[in-house]
Amino acid sequence: MGKALLKRGGLLIGTMLLVSVLAFTAFSVIPGDPTGSVLGTEATDEQIATFRAQNGLDLPVWQRYWDWLTDFVTGDFGDSYKYDMTVAELVVTQAKVTLVMAGIAFALIVAISLPLGLIAARHQGGIVDKLVTVLSQVAMSVPNFVMGIGLLFLFAVVLSWFRPEYVPIEEDLAGHLRFMVLPALAVALPKSAMTVKLLRGSILGEMGQDYIRTAYSKGNSQGSALWRHVLRNAMIPVVTFLAMAIGDIMAGSIVVEQVFGIPGLGRMLISSIGNRDYPVVQAIVVLLAAVVVGCNFLADLLYRIMDPRIDGR
Amino acid sequence: MPKFVKRALLLLVVFAMLAASLCGCTGGTQSTPDESQAVSNSGSDPSAAQSGELPPVGNSVTVGIAQDLSNLDPQLAATAGIREVLFNIFEGLVKASPDGSVTPAVASDYKLSEDGATYTFTLREGVTFHNGKTVTVEDVVYSLERCAGSENDGTPLVSAFSNVSSIEASGDNQVVITLAEPSTEFINSLTAAIIPKDSGATIATDLIGTGPFQFVSYAPQDNLVMEKYDGYWNQEKAASLDKVTFKIVADENAMVVGLKSGTLDLVVHLPNTLLKEVENDFTVRQNTMNIVQALYLNNAVEPFDNEQVRQAMYYAVNVDEIIEFVCSGAGVATGTSMYPNQQQYFMPELAENYQQDVEKAKELLAQAGYPDGFSMTMTVPSNYPQHMDTAQVLIEQLKAVGINAELVPVEWQTWVDDVYRGRNYESTVCGIAADDMTAREMLVRYMSDNRKNFIAFSDAEYDDVMTRAMASTDDAEQTGLYKRAEEILNEKAASLWIQDACELAVMNPALDGFTFYRTYVIDMSVVRYK
Repeated sequence: MGKALLKRGGLLIGTMLLVSVLAFTAFSVIPGDPTGSVLGTEATDEQIATFRAQNGLDLPVWQRYWDWLTDFVTGDFGDSYKYDMTVAELVVTQAKVTLVMAGIAFALIVAISLPLGLIAARHQGGIVDKLVTVLSQVAMSVPNFVMGIGLLFLFAVVLSWFRPEYVPIEEDLAGHLRFMVLPALAVALPKSAMTVKLLRGSILGEMGQDYIRTAYSKGNSQGSALWRHVLRNAMIPVVTFLAMAIGDIMAGSIVVEQVFGIPGLGRMLISSIGNRDYPVVQAIVVLLAAVVVGCNFLADLLYRIMDPRIDGR
Repeated sequence: MPKFVKRALLLLVVFAMLAASLCGCTGGTQSTPDESQAVSNSGSDPSAAQSGELPPVGNSVTVGIAQDLSNLDPQLAATAGIREVLFNIFEGLVKASPDGSVTPAVASDYKLSEDGATYTFTLREGVTFHNGKTVTVEDVVYSLERCAGSENDGTPLVSAFSNVSSIEASGDNQVVITLAEPSTEFINSLTAAIIPKDSGATIATDLIGTGPFQFVSYAPQDNLVMEKYDGYWNQEKAASLDKVTFKIVADENAMVVGLKSGTLDLVVHLPNTLLKEVENDFTVRQNTMNIVQALYLNNAVEPFDNEQVRQAMYYAVNVDEIIEFVCSGAGVATGTSMYPNQQQYFMPELAENYQQDVEKAKELLAQAGYPDGFSMTMTVPSNYPQHMDTAQVLIEQLKAVGINAELVPVEWQTWVDDVYRGRNYESTVCGIAADDMTAREMLVRYMSDNRKNFIAFSDAEYDDVMTRAMASTDDAEQTGLYKRAEEILNEKAASLWIQDACELAVMNPALDGFTFYRTYVIDMSVVRYK
């Protein structure tokens, strides 16, 4: 197990290096540079040259990458060109917003999908099961930004229950959380649908196993067989799926932030690309890659712990 | 693994996940305002200590702005969107007034020497920074030297300061600025912010100026908050509002939603096309934008290097139709590179010169050697719906004379790099403004060797007229020469001049006093509740 994990860990670092190289080179080939947004359109050649020299933009790409990488591993993420702040400050401020949303989304996925999956499996073929199956099929096939626009239209325009104005956390905690529920729901619904389907299928699969027949023959009721025997095994794929979903939630948040006008990582990423604020883009891209890769790693780890059959591979 | 261990592990995992999801909910709540506000004013002013208390509800205003503010260094303030907000916090030796002139601010008065090269400023008594300290001559010299590049490897932060040869204190209340080349228009650049001595490194996060409002906080992509400065030197013009929040709003539709839901009280730059949405419930003021929108043609590339081709194109288009379509008829046709608020210089008659005449356009094209028209591209910054719409109308109109124009939408930084600076384009639709509000700025850029001459216009007479105009010290003569320059731009159809476009300022009906400036300023000190 240790060796396999080591291999996985190596892959993780390799993936992140690759992502950072790709992000870096992408920005050296697209037109435009940060001087336009920092100094304005009327900047003189002298001002542009000074700015480029001060920020090392006149160096070759490989050297800039190397400088960035060596700083990055020592925890120095550099300074934003556009904002008068360090990248670390900026990203932490924005990440907090996105994390709150991702956290709510995750809680919603768990809260929605576990009971629904259980009920659907327990009453297989019943009216609830059919309804859940149809609804999850629909929810699964709707992209999260469309879901966001749909929810916004329904709750803000038609029902007027939702005020589409972002409330900063430091201004009003309750208001902030209330605001965040809807965008989080937009991220959570498609993922919940997948989780429901997975859990239902997994439970039904386990129900037919020999050990369940044994459990019944020992005098277990359907309920206790489900709780004490089926669920434990049925949860294995679900837990690993949920761990992987964290990465998707973060990525999905970026899109949904645009729809709801939330000043989080996603909006910062998009506007920083527009402004050619390379250090910020680079940091966010690597951070998101780290979350996704890290969650996959976590999923892998959980799988190995929960299912000893894949031990030692 | 024994059974109970597995069960315990499973339980642990489930709990960990639940805990993680809960932490996600509450994790952010532990942040205190101090942590999460990216920058906050820690000035020693007594009123800053009260900033925790909310001002009376009735006396605060939220203004919707479209652009994030980013770097708040007032002397660097590169974009109009930043300048118009910082106007409330910082002042220069002089400051802009609504009519386009400048009035003394930190200086009480100034003298310009006979030769137009030496400015002598006398500091106003009793002007204080928001940290409570009195403005001294050292602060002023420091600020001006910083504008000239003292903290930027010698490169001026404010480009007009490249003309400064010396900045010296004279006594304890006078500052003498000597220019390399005489310029009566340099005074417009002295609106550059006066900041406390040696505050350059922190000024963008700890904004301390002398304006009617003092900085409270800024959160990227969210808002900038400022409150009334009680120690403002000009009590007659002290702010009426206690607190103003500039809220960064993603797009125009969100602005309208914000106004309607009451979360925004004032939006200054709203496209005219949204008039119907807001005209019934709000106080709406229409205003021209003080820009010249045009189909700018790269005079250095074929076929736009041919004067007849450019004229033919000008005859092919219908400017009024564009104004009607894009600005609901509220824009003003310019006919040259000058906008109507430059009253002394604006020549409305030039807009009459090219009435749409498809036959004449075809004739001119034939004479120029393009009887069947030609194909061209229009490279337009896609973040400006107004310019994109204009380009669409132009493309339709040009079809009538056989010109096939293709719209190439580009992202803003690409436009700046390729089109504006790189001059690597055929034509573009955009709006050009005068950074320093002067008529000269609108014209000087089309002199053949000017670095801002992005259309690469080159005309010997134009260069001669402009050189004489700028050297002239006689106002009437100078005005006449500038007007001649405007005529040349029209006659030669240097570009297809369209309009000074229109926009809306929309406000809560309970507000009063909002005043338009001829430059990018949102003056909140004059806004008050009725």
